[in-house]
Amino acid sequence: MSAAAPGTTFIVLMLPFLAAVIAPWLTRRLGHNAAWLLALAPVAIFVHFLGFSAEVADGGFVTGGFQWVPSYNVSFSWLIDGLSLTFALLISGIGALIILYSGGYLKGHDQLGRFFAFMLLFMGAMLGVVISDSFLMLFVYWELTSITSFLLIGFDHTREASRRAAIQALVVTGGGGLALLAGLLVIWNITGVSQISLLLNYGDDVRASPFYLLALLLVLGGAFSKSAQFPLHFWLPNAMEAPTPVSAYLHSATMVKAGVYLLMRLNPVLGDTVWWETLLPLFGGATLIVGTLLAIRQTDLKLMLAYTTVSSLGLLVMLTGFGSEHAIAAAVLYLVAHSLFKGALFMVAGLIDHETGTRDVTALGGLRKAMPITFFAAMAAAISMAGLPPFVGFLAKEEIYYALWATNPWALAFVAVAVLGNALMFVIGFAVAIKPFFGPLVKTPKAAHEGPVLLWLGPVVLGVAALIAALLSPLTHRFISSPMASAVAGRAETVSISLVPHMGPALILSLVTVAIGVVFYLALDRLRAGMAWLLLAIGWGPDRGFDQLISGLVRLSMVITRFVQPGRLDIYMTVTFLMIAAALIGPMAWYGEWPSMPVWPADAQFHELVVIAIAFIGLLAVIYARDRLTAIVSLGVQGFAVALIFMLFGAPDLSFTQFMVETLAVVILALVMTRLKLTSSDHRPTGRKLVDLSVALACGIGFMLYLLAVTQQPFNTALSEFFAAYSKVVAHGTNVVNVIIVDFRGTDTLGEIAVVMVTGLAILSLIRIRSLRSGEIADNDPDQPRTDRYGPEHLGPDQTGKVT
Amino acid sequence: MRTIIFRSIAPFLTSLMVLFSIFVLLRGHNEPGGGFIGGLIAASALAIYGIACGVAAVRRAIYYHPIAISAFGLFMATLAGVLSMFAGVPFMSGLWIYPEILGVELALSSVLIFDVGVYLVVVGAISSIALGLEEGDRD
Amino acid sequence: MEALFAVLVGALFTVAFYLFLSKHIIRILMGAAILSNGVNLLIFTAGRVTREVPPVIGADADVLAANAANPLPQALILTAIVISFSFFAFLLVLGFRTFQKLETDRSDEMRLAEPVSEPSPPLGY
Repeated sequence: MSAAAPGTTFIVLMLPFLAAVIAPWLTRRLGHNAAWLLALAPVAIFVHFLGFSAEVADGGFVTGGFQWVPSYNVSFSWLIDGLSLTFALLISGIGALIILYSGGYLKGHDQLGRFFAFMLLFMGAMLGVVISDSFLMLFVYWELTSITSFLLIGFDHTREASRRAAIQALVVTGGGGLALLAGLLVIWNITGVSQISLLLNYGDDVRASPFYLLALLLVLGGAFSKSAQFPLHFWLPNAMEAPTPVSAYLHSATMVKAGVYLLMRLNPVLGDTVWWETLLPLFGGATLIVGTLLAIRQTDLKLMLAYTTVSSLGLLVMLTGFGSEHAIAAAVLYLVAHSLFKGALFMVAGLIDHETGTRDVTALGGLRKAMPITFFAAMAAAISMAGLPPFVGFLAKEEIYYALWATNPWALAFVAVAVLGNALMFVIGFAVAIKPFFGPLVKTPKAAHEGPVLLWLGPVVLGVAALIAALLSPLTHRFISSPMASAVAGRAETVSISLVPHMGPALILSLVTVAIGVVFYLALDRLRAGMAWLLLAIGWGPDRGFDQLISGLVRLSMVITRFVQPGRLDIYMTVTFLMIAAALIGPMAWYGEWPSMPVWPADAQFHELVVIAIAFIGLLAVIYARDRLTAIVSLGVQGFAVALIFMLFGAPDLSFTQFMVETLAVVILALVMTRLKLTSSDHRPTGRKLVDLSVALACGIGFMLYLLAVTQQPFNTALSEFFAAYSKVVAHGTNVVNVIIVDFRGTDTLGEIAVVMVTGLAILSLIRIRSLRSGEIADNDPDQPRTDRYGPEHLGPDQTGKVT
Repeated sequence: MRTIIFRSIAPFLTSLMVLFSIFVLLRGHNEPGGGFIGGLIAASALAIYGIACGVAAVRRAIYYHPIAISAFGLFMATLAGVLSMFAGVPFMSGLWIYPEILGVELALSSVLIFDVGVYLVVVGAISSIALGLEEGDRD
Repeated sequence: MEALFAVLVGALFTVAFYLFLSKHIIRILMGAAILSNGVNLLIFTAGRVTREVPPVIGADADVLAANAANPLPQALILTAIVISFSFFAFLLVLGFRTFQKLETDRSDEMRLAEPVSEPSPPLGY
């Protein structure tokens, strides 16, 4: 592309977000017709990316971007090769149709504007995921898709089922995203590069690293959760609580494929190892079978489709895991085919629901005449899903069988899995496309008639696209399949399958599939009853497990909260002081750095000893005071003793201040205390007393030892000397203490006097409340009776006793 | 507490203590003293006056609300810091001028303004607390 | 001399913490007052103790005499005294107001913020 491309591509990447911002406003103006205007954004994106196809088809790729955090080598950069281009075209192309469909589906909904905004946000995020070259950008967009998915699933937030499904999807996919981040960081650590385009050269380093398995498991955690692989598949069917456009777009065509995209993207780096070729087919195969079996059980059109989406994703993961040339070609073709037919089928399901008022397959029938266009689109999609010619699904299925058969004979089990899975999907596809349309007309809540153009345009276009892609298969392969397969494989690949089938085993397998499918279709009702019985017999599933996990978490956090926050101050205090003591004494004990035993200061003079003794006496008196006046006076005594100490040891400023403060403290203490009918003495049970005393002693001794250790170190006088030397010369003051306060550390003092003032203000307001409302303050929770909060009947058994 | 002797002496005691507090404040830069101590002394003086003659008398005497005095002090202290920015030196650098008034050289500085600010903050805040509590005593 | 001070500081902290562990708010308040003395003395002692010579520069000298006390801890403590006093006053009034409102001076009976019978969190979605 030309030099102007980086800027244009950036604007194109931001376009959905801009459209999301104006969507509510536009919708308020134009109603549901705003869809026509808003769809222009994805159309523009589609056209822009189409411009890259010639270059990509010739085996090239385009990178671009900007430095984001240069110091950490983090960039906002993109990589456009066959893989990301195909995804970008699917996202924007289907996106345009979905926006139109949404306009028809939610016509008249009072929050249509919000819905458009969420959809466009998601589109921007999804586009970012597939286009990102940088790990961090990939992760951010990845989680953004989870969040927008959360918003869209919970769109109808007044229903609990919606909220539950939204939370479930967020927890599963968001949690997976965190695993992905960890995995990407591990890879970053191994290789030292954070860009996918550079990473492709380091595949051997990653595979040889001892951390390979860790990185693989973490990345798989992200990919499997996003792509709903068994046993994390449960969130996807629940996500059907979202409006149908969301199911069609996010939960079939695009977002759930992000996991597959990631696996495909990292296949050249992480693939081609035993782990990769074991884990992916195993989980993928299990998902395929579980998904189809569960789909048989359903009668709701959307749920049937949702479970087959799960199984299709399993098939894709399985194929990616095999990693052979044809397996990749099959995966690529199936991915494109699935996006087309599943998007179309979901839109058909929504259309039927919208026009008839039900989407229960057993309550529908004979709609063929009433909804001819819908019927046509449904049939096209179902044929593609069943893997019959002349649709692209046929190409995909042929390639799948060819690939599986060609890999190695031991993969026979997977062949069986694929045949069974495909046959069951055949059944579901036709169950969705035939059951509602054939047979006698069944009376539905709404009289059935064809929907508006906004609704049928999407499925018809996708159905036709599936047909054209197959008919013009050389063109499809040149521009879509081959470049994409090359990108996945990490080397040039050519996909060549056409509507002329592979002769040999693959064709036989196809025929077997169709045969099984027809048999199952005829026996669908019995199968469904059987599955229902089986599920009832099992009783437990990961979906229930999720509920148990969440409620278990809530209970656990409650237990922990009750344990660490018992709500009693003395417990908090005891724990805090024990930690203080441990922090003080612990390191000394650990390193054995006890202070040496001090000698009795020989120069201690008598009057100094007397003052210190007075302080001790004051302290003891505070503890043993029987009445409050004694306590206050004793408090004053130790305060004045400290003031005297300051006086004797060269700190007259401190001494004066301490005297003033102690006086004022005693005065206000007396002012307040005389009005409190307080318990005058401090009786504690003997056991409690011992505990308190030992905790306090531990802290006190800790501080003493700490201070001894400090004073036994050589004293660093640098700072004090600075003040001593410059106080007069520079700051023109001879009282060094005052000079430090008001000059050298003036800003500090400014903060401190601000604190003093604010404290004054706070006290004033506390006093004011009382004098204004005479003893009543505003209650935070007037609904609760007083006794519930602090009534004596709720006290623990050990404190309800006597309070002397 | 409100004996006649105490009530007669209190105004004089208070004025003396306030005067002394200002003396302590102004000499603070070169001798022991300063804004904090001065402020505490003045606050105690007002508290004594309050105990002796009632809070209303104190409020009349100081005219402004104590918290307003405190806020003004904070404003002054900040202003003293900002002053130095106009002189092109960093915030809170000391500025000194030595004008001669009546033949005596006076050392005036932004530092002095700052110390006066500290004094006012302490007087205001502490006396507000003390007066508030004394007032509460009456109801 | 520092060793004696260290013992005194230890005693101040011990008494302060012992009072803190009381259930009566007035004892806790006294503990706060004693604790601030203890911390101040701790800082003072850590800056080393000198007798009787205040950190004031003589009229005929430009720098502080070598035997003068260390001015730095004094500057730190001076502001700390005033601030801890205002906080003490604040705590006192707060405790007083709490007593008036809750009609108890025992910390274990003040369960307004963390009630005894706190309801369980909702388990739904």
